[in-house]
Amino acid sequence: MAKKELLKVEGLKQYFPIKGGFLGRTVNHVKALDGISFTVYEGETVSIVGESGCGKSTTGRAILRLEEPTEGSVTFQGTDLTKISTREMRKFRKDLQIIFQDPYASINPRQTVASLLNEAMHIQNVLPANERRARIEELLETVGLRPYQADRYPHEFSGGQRQRIGIARALSVDPKLIICDEAVSALDVSIQAQVLNLLEELQDEYGLTYLFISHDLGVVRHISDRIIVMYLGKIVEIADKTSLFENPQHPYTKALLSAIPVPDPDAVKNRIVLKGDVPSPIDPPAGCRFHTRCPFATDKCRTEEPLLRTTSAMKGEHEAACHYIEEIAAGTMIEK
Amino acid sequence: MNEMENILVVNNLQTTFKTDAGDIRAVDGVSFTVPKGKTIGIVGESGSGKSITSLTILRLLASNGRVNGGEVLFKGKDLLKLPEKAMREIRGNQISMIFQEPMTSLNPVYTVGQQIGETIQIHKKVGKKEAIQQSIEMLKLVGIPSPEKRVKQYPHELSGGMRQRVMIAMALACDPEILIADEPTTALDVTIQAQILELIKDLQNRLGMSVIMITHDLGVVAETCDYVAVMYAGQVVEYSDVRSLFKNPKHPYTLGLLNSLPRHDIEQEKLIPIKGMVPSPHEMPVGCRFAPRCPVATELCHNKMPQLLNTNDSNAEQIRCWMFSDEWDGDSEVTLYGEKRTIKG
Repeated sequence: MAKKELLKVEGLKQYFPIKGGFLGRTVNHVKALDGISFTVYEGETVSIVGESGCGKSTTGRAILRLEEPTEGSVTFQGTDLTKISTREMRKFRKDLQIIFQDPYASINPRQTVASLLNEAMHIQNVLPANERRARIEELLETVGLRPYQADRYPHEFSGGQRQRIGIARALSVDPKLIICDEAVSALDVSIQAQVLNLLEELQDEYGLTYLFISHDLGVVRHISDRIIVMYLGKIVEIADKTSLFENPQHPYTKALLSAIPVPDPDAVKNRIVLKGDVPSPIDPPAGCRFHTRCPFATDKCRTEEPLLRTTSAMKGEHEAACHYIEEIAAGTMIEK
Repeated sequence: MNEMENILVVNNLQTTFKTDAGDIRAVDGVSFTVPKGKTIGIVGESGSGKSITSLTILRLLASNGRVNGGEVLFKGKDLLKLPEKAMREIRGNQISMIFQEPMTSLNPVYTVGQQIGETIQIHKKVGKKEAIQQSIEMLKLVGIPSPEKRVKQYPHELSGGMRQRVMIAMALACDPEILIADEPTTALDVTIQAQILELIKDLQNRLGMSVIMITHDLGVVAETCDYVAVMYAGQVVEYSDVRSLFKNPKHPYTLGLLNSLPRHDIEQEKLIPIKGMVPSPHEMPVGCRFAPRCPVATELCHNKMPQLLNTNDSNAEQIRCWMFSDEWDGDSEVTLYGEKRTIKG
């Protein structure tokens, strides 16, 4: 199957200014995203994982220009979204939708479900007004709600149902790409499974592409085709799902995977417990950003930034940003 | 199995909250035992009553909460019958607690040393200087680097993981016999979670305390607990040792929960969710509370509430499900989430 490029992110940077001092000048920057590049193909699910502050949500927001990116390009079907006017961007929002983590905060409490969905369709001019009601009822059924619930207010729904409303809203404008920013993180597992299954069914039915942002590697393994691992504003590893979970290369990815508690009391645990905390993104470490916590770090890691690369032991488009992939795999690196 | 010394026995606990919309029975029949030196997990989804259970044990309920029945036997003494003064002696001294959000449970205007020191001063009746000295020792114990410096810092100067370590230091300052940990790692990133869980385990081994681990994360349960109570809608539905729970889950809810869980360590075809949602606390089903979502519920299940009973299997397992009783009125073979089961009549 020929893969068709849908979204291409190149050298994306997002610096947030820190104001301070007597005159309230910009004294420094939070380097939330510091030059990341990746491609999303049509019909696939790409996940971005990482811990708090790694820049995964910022990536989603920068792609949609909810925050104007500092540098870099976001090419969606041939158009660089960072170069167009806000008016033109609005047209593209029809194709690029987002579902947020907190269904309580992302839905207007004073709007009924019908008026919420109607508004989205009205703004994007999706259907003539007289056909919208039928479409709203159809959408509610699609996401597992009942048509008669269309005239209810958000507080009359549970958390899982509200997330379904968020999905219905995203779907109402026939998008091509949906960015799911921690979309199932606030839900209990029994409900989370329902929503994950729904997202998969919708993908099959409408040929949707997902950019799935999550900190939960269980969810990510379940839903993704490819996975991007981020640490402190940089991509440290990118691979298809199987390679990433079965053959992780970057020391951070390995530590991250080993840190997750396994729901099996007999599981063999080779836990790599990382020392310390994630450094501040205001003043990220020089060289490899992970060197302050990496058990293998050398002087080279402290000065020279590693780039994403692949080795003969890595299959497909698997890439990792580490100077010592081969040495670590061969076991010749000394662990501190 | 040997008869172990149970440091805490909770029997048929019932807690009700008065609200404008009527009374809510947040905890309605919770029973479990905590063996000395062991960790018991209380696992359940939002609203299952797991946190209220721990607050009831320590008698920290909000003013509209009331305990309607049951007993909490701590070394044979019923905590629910103690006068408030005696209860205060136990709280923080013999049973202490850590919470999910270390930022909101630490006082932002006092230094770390003052806060840990206060606990030590009150319970150990020592002077201020001595208390600060002991605080530094505690910070060292929980693995905080340069404790002499940290003891003078305020909570906002610490990271999330550090704050949780401070909470643990405070909770352990008086060598409690039981530590109640209410979602202690939920707000933390996994690499930090791994550090904190390791720390709790290590301290438990060194100090010989029992831990009640309240969590929604089945991974955390599998990794840290010896025994597990699964809660659903205010009740314990299954209690067993951790191995049996994961290898041979009995209650349909436990099985459903395990089936819904996306795993990072194995490849799964499709998740099998539990249909529907948790009943509203104002309209609890009259029969089994899981019956409306249970794939094998019968007439009996819908009409009569099952009790938490011992199963025939030895390992001190308890189940709240009609399938495991003589009264079961359904088929002798059922299919539960794709798994065939034969029911012993």
